[in-house]
Order: sequence, then C-alpha cells, then structure tokens
Amino acid sequence: MINQELLMGLVIVISIGAVSGFLGTLMLTKKMTLVGGPLGHLTLPGIAIALLLGFDVFFGAVAFVMLGILVIWIFEKLTRLPVETLTAIVFPFAMATSFLFLTEDETTQALIGDISQINLAITLGTAALSILVFLTIRYVYRKLVFIGVSADLAKVEGLNADRLNLIFLVCTALVIALSVRVVGGLMTVALMAIPASTSRNLSNNLTFYSWGGVLFGVLASMLGYLWYSFFAIPIGPAIIIVSVVLFLVSLLYKILVNK
Amino acid sequence: MQRVLEVKDLQVSLSGEKVIRDLSFEVNKRDSLVVLGPNGAGKTTLFKALLGLIPYEGEVKWHTQKISYLPPQELVARTSLFPLTVFDFFDFKKTSSSATKKILKEVGLEASIAKKTVNKLSTGQFQRMIIAWALAGDPDVLLFDEPTSGIDVGGQETIYTLLHKFWEKRGLTILLVTHELNVVWEHASQVLCLNKKGLCYGNPDEVLTPKKLKELYGGGIKFYKHRQ
Repeated sequence: MINQELLMGLVIVISIGAVSGFLGTLMLTKKMTLVGGPLGHLTLPGIAIALLLGFDVFFGAVAFVMLGILVIWIFEKLTRLPVETLTAIVFPFAMATSFLFLTEDETTQALIGDISQINLAITLGTAALSILVFLTIRYVYRKLVFIGVSADLAKVEGLNADRLNLIFLVCTALVIALSVRVVGGLMTVALMAIPASTSRNLSNNLTFYSWGGVLFGVLASMLGYLWYSFFAIPIGPAIIIVSVVLFLVSLLYKILVNK
Repeated sequence: MQRVLEVKDLQVSLSGEKVIRDLSFEVNKRDSLVVLGPNGAGKTTLFKALLGLIPYEGEVKWHTQKISYLPPQELVARTSLFPLTVFDFFDFKKTSSSATKKILKEVGLEASIAKKTVNKLSTGQFQRMIIAWALAGDPDVLLFDEPTSGIDVGGQETIYTLLHKFWEKRGLTILLVTHELNVVWEHASQVLCLNKKGLCYGNPDEVLTPKKLKELYGGGIKFYKHRQ
C-alpha cells in the first residue's frame, strides 16, 4: 500500500509542477521569466510571519506577493522609475526584514522549501487552486501570446490587454505563493523558467510548447519529490536539479537533431 | 455612395504635443484611400486614432464593424523565443486550418508554409502571410500601415499589385499609409495629404498638384507623374 504522506506529497508537487510549467511557457513568451525571481522573494516576509504565527505559508506568501506588487505599482505611479528598479528596491527589503525574525532552520525552510508539514486539507487546497489557476491560464493563454506578438492587432481584434494582463499577474502571484512550499522563496523562478525552456528546445508549435511546459514541470517535480522522499535531500534543490538535467538532455537532443 | 467612415475635426496629442489637428475627411465603400505624408507627419497616429488605440478629440464614425488592420511589419514580433507557427498566428483570429490554407494560396503562398514557425519565413513570405491574415474573416475595410516597409523594390510592387487584386476582387475599402508617391498614381482612388494637418484630400488627379507636394514634403521634391 502506498504511504499516505507520499501520496499527498505527490499530489501537491504534481499540481504545482504542472501549473508552474504551464505558466512558465507563457512568461517566456512575454519575456517575463525573470520577474518570477523577485516576486518569489517578495513572499519571504509572508512566510516568516506564517512560520512565527503558525499558519500555512501559502496564505502569508500570497498576501505579501500581492502587497509587493501593489507597492511596486504605487511607487511606479509616484516616481516613474522603471519597474525593474523598483523591484530591486522592494525585494531586498522584503528579504532583509524577513531574516530579522526567522531562526536559521526557518530561514532555510523559507528559502528552499519544506514539504514535510502537509495534511489532507493542504493537499486538496493546493490541488484545487492549481486546477483553477491552470484553467484560467488556459483560457487567457493564446490571447496573451497574441498581445505579446502585437498589442495593437490584439486590441483591434477586441482583446482587453489591461484586463488580461491583470489576470496574468494574479495567476503569477498565486502560482508563486503555491510554489514556495515546494521550492522556497529563492527558487520559484526556476520552477517556471526551466520546464518552459526545456519545452522550447523540443517543440515546433504553440500547442506542443505549452503542454511541454506542463509535462516537464510534472516530470521534474515528481522525480525530484521521489528523490527527496527516498534519499532525504531537501525538496526544492532536488526538483531544480532534476529540472536542469531534463533541460540539458533536451538541449543535447536539439543539438544532435540540428547537426 | 455608401459611406464607410466619417472623420470630423480630429485632433490627436501625444505627450502633450499636438500630432494631428483639425482633420476632416470621409471614406466611401470601395474607396482606395492613400494617406500620404513625410516621416513624422502623423500617418500611423491617424490610423491608431481611427482604430481607437489612442485617445483623440473630435469625431470618428465607422459605419461597419468588419475592420482589419495591418501595422508596419516591424511592429509585429517575429520572435524565436517561442514556436509560433503560421497556423498558430491564424488561430488568433479563430481561422480554421482549411480556411488558413485557402487564404494562404490566394496570396501566393504554399499551404505547407502553415506549419512553419513565423520567425523562419522570409520578409516577403511574412508580409504576404500577414496580408492573408488581415484578409481572413472577410473584412469590409482594410487599414494597411506601410505594408512594404523592409521589402525590396520588386517585392513592394508585388505586394501593392496583390492588394489591388483583392481590392477589385472582394470589393474592399482600403486605407493605406505610405510615403511612396508612385503608389498614389497606381492604386489610389482618393488621397489624403497629411503633415500634422490635412493639406489635400480628394481625387489624386485633381488635388495632388506640384504646389501641394512641395507644401507636403518641403522644397526639394521633384514631380514626375507616371501613368499606366
């Protein structure tokens, strides 16, 4: 009989791996992959508060990533500085303040993830939210790619770019908040960027590319989780290392095929 | 004559600077209107205002809903960042694969090109492809902004001949932005000279005088009128 904790862990990592990989392919089309890094760091004070007060890290993470986005948006309106510059101001502040309150163990947990404290409610909640975000991204996917190709053409065809970009941003915030449990605030970007890049190496149309992100996200998360379960290494680094290995294999394949 | 577009006292400002002022004109069904003017005259801005992409003052009244727009090709991303095929591109307009193949053939492209990624098309193929894309869904009106930018002289002639063919065959109304004078003589039923404000509007034979052209482009222009 399969261990219940193992099963719950698998459900969580597969859900998060799928939705992160899917969103990652969209972020790559919008040249926004690197945004995931600073946004992941914005979750750290939220994780710190959740660990200190004893509630689930997802709620702390989602609250702070939303707050961070709002602060950056307000600063942008007030200062007219580029968003990248403002992000570079806000996210080190978020990291610095969170480290003031965390113990060494909690800092490690916040930075690289910890999936040991899961229960049925967390498992079902994560799976349900992942499915909801996945379906939302699927609904807006081609529309957002279209906006990336030509915002003017997309508007003439009746798309509301502001509304769609807002949906994209909210989905990104939710996926990052979901991911911090598995890979920590430090490596959320990798969970999105690497499967997308692997899929890019192997695909020749948009459908294959987007589903490839899902496939490689799931594969990396699942294999990384099994590695963590049976060899007791931290979950976040395990998933990222597997993900990078898959990327390198895809790169090798691409090089060989194009030779 | 069925009216397609009415523009009255149009004014457009960008970053506080007035780019178009006091512009009024009308377009009728089956007109081929060429908007002529030097760089920075406000031609692209005019199209964007007509399409509601930027704010404006005055009145823009369309009498049709089926409008298709083609921006300058350098404004359409041909990235290798992700694999966007020609089929994917047509899917943005919900065009079926059979309809895509059919329209590609009509602009002189092989149907097999539909499986190619957009970044692997040559400049000429890409331009034909986006013309086909603009024609998908049977629009009544086409707005083309510099449809031959980045294409060599032979290719330019082919593109304009292609547009002329569709204009005749489908009974389209075409609004075309260019700074190439020969396009007016060969393809326009109406011309609108624009340099921040409207300098002339009407039948090219009547309104496009050497004096008007000097006013439009400055003193250095030579006037050679070619007719077929």
